[in-house]
Amino acid sequence: MKTINFFLTGVGGQGTLLASNVLAQVGVRAGFDVKKAELHGMAQRGGSVSSQIRWGEEIHSPLITEGEVDYLAAFEKLEALRYLEMLRPGSTVLVGEMAIPPLSVSSGDDVYPDDEQVQRVIGAVTDDVHFVPSLRLAERAGNVRAHNVVVLGALSNFIEQVPAETWLEVIAGWVPKRYIDVNKQAFQMGRDSLAR
Amino acid sequence: MTKKELLSGNEAVARGAYEAGVRVAAAYPGTPSTEILENLATYSAIYSEWAPNEKVALDVAVGAAYAGSRAMAVMKHVGLNVAADAFFYASMTGMEAGLVLVCADDPNMYSSQNEQDNRNYAKFARVPCLEPSDSQEAKDMVGVALDMSERFDSPVMLRVTTRISHSDTLVELGERAGVPPEALEPAKPPEYRIDRAKYVMVPGNARRRHPVIEERIAKLKALAETFPLNQVEMGDTSLGIVAAGVAYQYAREVFPEASFLKLGMTYPLSEQMVRDFVAQVDRLIVVEELDPFIENEIKLMGIEVEGKSIFPICGELDPTVVRRCAVEAGLLPPPSPPRLRGGSEAGLLSFPPHTAPSSSSSRAALLSSPLHAGPSSSPPLAGGTEGGQQQVKLPARPPLLCPGCPHRGLFTVTNKLKLVVNGDIGCYTLGFLPPLSALHSCGCMGASIGVAHGVSKAGIAQKHVAVIGDSTFFHTGMPALLNVAYNQSDTVVIIADNRTTAMTGHQQHPGTGMTLMGEPTYAVEFEDLAKAMGIQRVHTVDPYDLQAVEAALRDCLDNPGPAVVVSRRECALLPTARKRWMTLAVNADRCNGCGLCFQVGCPAIVKSDVFDEKTGRAKARIDPLLCTGCEVCAQVCARKAILFREEMKEVEAT
Repeated sequence: MKTINFFLTGVGGQGTLLASNVLAQVGVRAGFDVKKAELHGMAQRGGSVSSQIRWGEEIHSPLITEGEVDYLAAFEKLEALRYLEMLRPGSTVLVGEMAIPPLSVSSGDDVYPDDEQVQRVIGAVTDDVHFVPSLRLAERAGNVRAHNVVVLGALSNFIEQVPAETWLEVIAGWVPKRYIDVNKQAFQMGRDSLAR
Repeated sequence: MTKKELLSGNEAVARGAYEAGVRVAAAYPGTPSTEILENLATYSAIYSEWAPNEKVALDVAVGAAYAGSRAMAVMKHVGLNVAADAFFYASMTGMEAGLVLVCADDPNMYSSQNEQDNRNYAKFARVPCLEPSDSQEAKDMVGVALDMSERFDSPVMLRVTTRISHSDTLVELGERAGVPPEALEPAKPPEYRIDRAKYVMVPGNARRRHPVIEERIAKLKALAETFPLNQVEMGDTSLGIVAAGVAYQYAREVFPEASFLKLGMTYPLSEQMVRDFVAQVDRLIVVEELDPFIENEIKLMGIEVEGKSIFPICGELDPTVVRRCAVEAGLLPPPSPPRLRGGSEAGLLSFPPHTAPSSSSSRAALLSSPLHAGPSSSPPLAGGTEGGQQQVKLPARPPLLCPGCPHRGLFTVTNKLKLVVNGDIGCYTLGFLPPLSALHSCGCMGASIGVAHGVSKAGIAQKHVAVIGDSTFFHTGMPALLNVAYNQSDTVVIIADNRTTAMTGHQQHPGTGMTLMGEPTYAVEFEDLAKAMGIQRVHTVDPYDLQAVEAALRDCLDNPGPAVVVSRRECALLPTARKRWMTLAVNADRCNGCGLCFQVGCPAIVKSDVFDEKTGRAKARIDPLLCTGCEVCAQVCARKAILFREEMKEVEAT
């Protein structure tokens, strides 16, 4: 059983940690040993957030070694660029389409990279880059806040040994009851958007 | 098969306390330890509380253990500096029932003012130290620690680190078994066993106790030889690794073939085990975070060992760092081929040296925020074409004061009055960041007031104040304010009262009127406290009202003698505050892009793509998703271009 290393990044308040809980739980349901490490920032909102999830037969370190990430999922475009050294040629990168400009950008001191730059910077490391229309699909599913689940849906395509039902069961266990349908819809739309 | 659940180390410690029959637990919130008590509070069988500080928390746990109940005190590493006095007498006296001190170190200082290795405290106080390497061990070791505590009549330290506390691993749950129900819920309270020679630490008694605890540590040393959580895992004998905690996991990952002596108990060390292990391996190394604690203990045995000559003392380890250091030390062959296409030499990715230290570069990304590495450290990224013409600067995303944060109004005024601000530990520490840059010292919990008093007594040319949060004031600010009143200095103390312990995630405190377990209680008033201590000039202001803050501060600064300003406004993220959120807007006709409003450092105010014709500067715009309607920017605007809440309502009505 090969170890699978996931790296999730986003901005505080985006649901990165919820998504990482789902991803870890899916791994448990699928019968893997699982470890998950996350960094809580100092600020309540607006800081960078990252989480590492590892599935395998026996996982020792909760942290992934540089260059050994198999799947990077970013819920915010700028955050997709922050951990490139964790990738290797052939890593799969999913980029949610959300852009949250940090203070230095809103104040005009820095420039937010455009999509072409994002693509090029990641493309310098790996060819397997996928932009996911996370906001648009989540909106169509009924709630923009489900954008993180759209990205998970897209990611699920790559994990062939785990059926969609497992993901959906876990998601249903993590979100409030009244949002289950929206999230299931969001997951399916994300999954279909990158269906291979 | 028993069910396994994914638990964080903190959740696992709480579960372990439940299963092992802990009856009383106390803590003060502190990252990365906070969630332990938050989880404990969900078990109704355990009484758990937030104490005003760690010293009180440990005294409470000691008292419960004196009274015959299993007890737990929880704190972050620096909390033990505050609780050290209690820790040392508890070691001297021992207890009637088990006492475990859970202590969470923060290698790399993700949310701390210093790095310290609290295993040194264990040795310092002659208290055994256990270190879990995952959540399962974190849970199990609570019970082991309590048994050990009772058997050896000693407190036991359970030392975790950020990566243990905040990592989830699979845990086999048990029951609150092995503890007779009578012990959990006694029909009538047990007698307090009187033993003055043991529990009254006056010099005469203490002199008799000191040899007892030295003898105790010798017995624990003997126990360590057969301690089941110290394990030998023999592999290739060319390299023998001694490791504990999460560092063991990193080492296992990097050296899958090596032989290991995995220590669950890092103080006292099992000397014979180490000697037997070293006899079987060609080269002995220690992989541990922070201080060379195990390494030095082994060296004291006269055994040759390497550790910090290979791995860093500063910062945290991870598999990347361990591997890199191992390669440099010749323990592993260099990696081939290079992982990144091009790599940093080719200029595809170039981090300035100060943002990419010898640690993992994923951390370097975090370090690039001003809070961690200084303000000018956005690494440039070059993307795309060979030679990397297209330079893309990666903007940093440091933590910041939230939109609507009441501290923003306060610091806007201290800046206007050009005050030197001696700060403290809490969300308001973030006021040191640009553009506010409003905080000029910050050392440890409660330091602001004493430091400001010292500044007053020494005398400086500028006016100055102390700024301390509500929870921090209760923690260690109170004796310092008493000192200001007693020794009469012209110190102005601003209590930034946001009605919660905000930075660690909204915990209750003695001023909120609610306990950890959700019981209503007396809510202390800062004004009453200050007056009772002897402060006669006391103001209460709303930090959303800049004029009122300025008037109160001027009154305090212009008059001699001590003064307190309670700057009261609840944290904008509390549910009650959220109900009042509304969005403000900029009247673009009035805005000339002067940029005054950007100086308040609110993420909700951004530069628009509309430029003023005369000045050529970008006009301001308010992000409706972020703005909470605090009106601080509206008050700062000289051209009345930002609409107040009332004006917004008028606009919406028409």
